[in-house]
Amino acid sequence: MKIPVTKDAITDAQLTELIDIVKKIHGFDFSDYTEASFKRRIGRILMLKKLEFYDLKHLLINDHSFFQYFLEEITVNVTEMFRDPAFYKALRSQVVPYLSTYQHVKVWCAGCSSGEEAYSLAILLKEEALLKRSFIYGTDINTEVLNEARKGIYSLRKIKSYAENYLFTGLPGSLTDHFTIAYDAAAIHSELKQNTLFSVHNLISDTGFNEFQMISCRNVFIYFETELQHRILDLFYKSLCPLGYLCLGNKETIRSDAFRKKFKVINQKENIYQKIGS
Amino acid sequence: MLLLGGSAGSFKLLFKLVKLLPVDFSKTVIIVIHRKKNFFSEIEKLFAENSRMLLREISDKEPVNGNTIYIAPANYHSLVEKEGFFSLDVSEAVWYSKPSIDVTFESVAEVYKNRVTAVLFSGANQDGAEGLLKLRQGGALTIAQDPADAEMTEMPQSAIDMHAAEYVLSTNDIFELLQTPPDTPS
Repeated sequence: MKIPVTKDAITDAQLTELIDIVKKIHGFDFSDYTEASFKRRIGRILMLKKLEFYDLKHLLINDHSFFQYFLEEITVNVTEMFRDPAFYKALRSQVVPYLSTYQHVKVWCAGCSSGEEAYSLAILLKEEALLKRSFIYGTDINTEVLNEARKGIYSLRKIKSYAENYLFTGLPGSLTDHFTIAYDAAAIHSELKQNTLFSVHNLISDTGFNEFQMISCRNVFIYFETELQHRILDLFYKSLCPLGYLCLGNKETIRSDAFRKKFKVINQKENIYQKIGS
Repeated sequence: MLLLGGSAGSFKLLFKLVKLLPVDFSKTVIIVIHRKKNFFSEIEKLFAENSRMLLREISDKEPVNGNTIYIAPANYHSLVEKEGFFSLDVSEAVWYSKPSIDVTFESVAEVYKNRVTAVLFSGANQDGAEGLLKLRQGGALTIAQDPADAEMTEMPQSAIDMHAAEYVLSTNDIFELLQTPPDTPS
């Protein structure tokens, strides 16, 4: 039996060409993205839109509205409320007691996508009676997902799956206590939206914009090459107040010796760090 | 490199295999097994405590070392990069599965070509079949567990239907083969 032939993944040369087009025409630099998953994203677009590589190039060069779609598909916008419940448990026991000593708590949720994580933090801070003196900045490179974040309305189907995460965090009550539900959608309570601001920020090209007590950037680094990770770690370091906290995804360990000297490990399993040194 | 994929009905087999692999197995072993996201890390713990080889849960940008068993973490897809490290991805589930066997198999196929032996075990959906086909197209040695032996037949059967499996072997034969795997560079 002959081995069946299927469509090939895009080649390295095609990948380079594509990154070059996007950089020159649209000003977004994807050259330091992790290759394997980036290639998969492009393969996904080709499949969803039934395009050949040539068509994709053509659209990226000639159709500006297509680029917004491209950006949305390339940057993974899969997120959950209270993803990794153990992380939120650790926040409550190891970070919140210190945050509560500040008069104002400024939190930066970098790569916030449609806002699920920023609102999870808002709920947690509310339950810890900190929300009134806290402010959460959610940033992303994608304008469309930021619009969703500002609305704070999620499908009931999604809320149901987030509710299970919530239970595992040990926070009181249930997730739906924080939402108003109508038909098949759930809107986050307005008091949880009050102290949030969602805005465009590109981690690759933009600088810091405030000083924070805590920065949460979870499951964003997995898409970046190590060198780019280090550039952004430097940005985070500069954007944190002395002894401020940095939360990365629980598989995104800081490996670099230089940065391990600048960030003390607070929780190894959940990758919660504290800025030390100067 | 040795790749092992499975879902419903493959847990016990993979557990037994992990216990059997000798401490000097020398190859890189990657295990992708479907499970629920909030099942925490019980599987990793259980496997690590019973494995004679070094066993690790894959972490982002971790180097791919020989003589180590890697387990794909729950709620991420695991990929390999040509520079010799792992990368993770939280994108959409594939066949309702994250980790997806297809995603890992396909990315290994691209980087490691024919330097791979891959086995697809019991499971109740068709994740893994297409990845196994990509591996076979790249010259890897691909094996499906004989559906007659599998607790859940759909996963190995899908691979067979797609002509992704070069060999269809009984559980016993797979175990025998894997303890003395064909001589491919790790």
